[in-house]
Amino acid sequence: MKKRYFGLILYLVFAILPIYWMVNMSLKTNEEITGALTLWPRHLTFDNFRTILTDPAWYGGYINSLIYVLINTVLSVAVALPASYAFSRYEFLGDKHLFFWLLTNRMSPPAVFLLPFFQLYSSINLFDTHIAVALAHMLFNVPLAVWILEGFMAGIPREIDETAYIDGYSFPRFFVRIFIPLIGAGIGVTAFFCFMFSWVELLLARTLTSVNAKPIVAIMTRTVSAAGMDWGVLAAAGVLTIVPGALVIYFVRNYIAKGFAMGRV
Amino acid sequence: MQLQLDGISKGLGADIHIYPLSLSLQAGKINVLLGQTRAGKTTLMRLMAGLDKPTGGRVLADGVDVTGVSVRRRNLAMVYQQFVNYPAFSVFENIASPLRLAGKIGEQEIRSRVEAVAEKLHIAHLLKRLPGELSGGQQQRTAMARALVKQAPLLLLDEPLVNLDYKLREELRAELKELFSNSNTTVVYATTEPQEALLLGGHTIVLDAGRLLQQGPTLEVFHHPANQRVAEVFSDPPMNLFPSTLRGQTREAHLASDIAIPLGAHLHGLAKANYTLGVRPSHVRLQPHSPVDYPLRCEVDLAEISGSDTYLHTRHGDINLVAQLAGVHELAPGSNVSLYINPAEVFAFDAQGQLAGSPQRSAA
Repeated sequence: MKKRYFGLILYLVFAILPIYWMVNMSLKTNEEITGALTLWPRHLTFDNFRTILTDPAWYGGYINSLIYVLINTVLSVAVALPASYAFSRYEFLGDKHLFFWLLTNRMSPPAVFLLPFFQLYSSINLFDTHIAVALAHMLFNVPLAVWILEGFMAGIPREIDETAYIDGYSFPRFFVRIFIPLIGAGIGVTAFFCFMFSWVELLLARTLTSVNAKPIVAIMTRTVSAAGMDWGVLAAAGVLTIVPGALVIYFVRNYIAKGFAMGRV
Repeated sequence: MQLQLDGISKGLGADIHIYPLSLSLQAGKINVLLGQTRAGKTTLMRLMAGLDKPTGGRVLADGVDVTGVSVRRRNLAMVYQQFVNYPAFSVFENIASPLRLAGKIGEQEIRSRVEAVAEKLHIAHLLKRLPGELSGGQQQRTAMARALVKQAPLLLLDEPLVNLDYKLREELRAELKELFSNSNTTVVYATTEPQEALLLGGHTIVLDAGRLLQQGPTLEVFHHPANQRVAEVFSDPPMNLFPSTLRGQTREAHLASDIAIPLGAHLHGLAKANYTLGVRPSHVRLQPHSPVDYPLRCEVDLAEISGSDTYLHTRHGDINLVAQLAGVHELAPGSNVSLYINPAEVFAFDAQGQLAGSPQRSAA
């Protein structure tokens, strides 16, 4: 019995250890962190969290990040829905090529687009706005969203569309009332992936913002100062960074397996 | 509705799915599209509905050209082979949806119409459920109710019973005829099963490999198949066919070297030539039925027992003969039996496969 679980327990320890260590650090003082190795906080303190949640410069980063991540998720899904419907239902010249080309956008590293985006946004006064980061992330999220959603839509028989037309549904009404509820799971999975990509992306988000839309990932670098590294606050910020992702995963956990099963993720 | 297809054809690239054909449906009656799988039944039906555009030809509804008119603007209803319902709506909302979209129908009337049709299809107790919670038969009933509640002048049913289990199929089949009989709807019913066509009656259109083979009143087509292929399609199990020659005495047909079957009176006028003779499996018997019955010694290959019938697959020399016998007969493979054919029940097809003679139907 024990032998059977040995591997699993080992895996669990390895998977959880880094997270545990971060939580552990976030609850210690800097003296304890830089001092002796302690497996749990000897001097339990919530000061690190207090610093983040009371200082606007800190929690503003979370708000900024959440704003552009949400804009990005909503826009990506909204744009990808009609696009993937077209790919799944219609045949047109070069549809397969276009579909693949869309996906190749994800193959290039974000750094490639850094300079063009920076120059473009500066010239049209979008620099340092939430929408700027959201739009930049859409370059990567829309192809992914189209790809995932197309898989879900292909699983819905065309006859449902036709029956709706025969019944007299107009296209928009059919799409909103009948079709979208059918791919609810797919939309959940897609939103999750868009959210996660945008949430953890650092390079574009940091470069395209300076003050007003500065994301939390960029603000976390503030902890380096002349006095050294503020390890405790950094760890606390890290813990808080995990929270939104964990929440989103909690809500879509039942659909993610399906998303993987569709072979699209 | 008077639906007419005028020289309609459908191809996809180099593949031709429907060769140009013209046909006029019997208004307000049941029209059965009979054909084996891949005969083009679904394709033709989709053209009738306006779901697909024909490659050539026109579709006329009550004399008006509706070719290429969007299916949303055509007033019709359709039931698919798959169980197609809106999974997010309750059964009630599924059935009510065409009425709600039609507008101008009060909530009270919608309710009463939905309940009436649900009652007819025995799903009145399921109205609050979601389609996903129903059995296949109930889902298909829901789809049918949605098609019927609309009272569209044209109702298309594409093998609606094929995905149901045997019992349910029998049950629904019997109800269908009654459902259709008291309405002015022009019904088109696609099926692969001759039995269904016979049960529904009306008018039958026989399709094969994208071609229209024959159309006419169902019994007429059944008794006088225009050619060999129709005879095969419109008989389950398929009609027994064997090549034969009429020579010398034209009152006899020579099959293999050793058999000469006497011809029935209906075939006496045939000229000397090669013919294919056809006998329905249900007309092959274990006991002579009349003094003129011709016996054939056959070797049993297989006896399939279906419960009420036994399908006996036998061989006589090169000739394969299938007999549909009433009741259960246990016959060991390899054993010999005498099977009897009544010459008066033999069909003859000429070298081109066209009907040369069919059994006379007396008053019976």
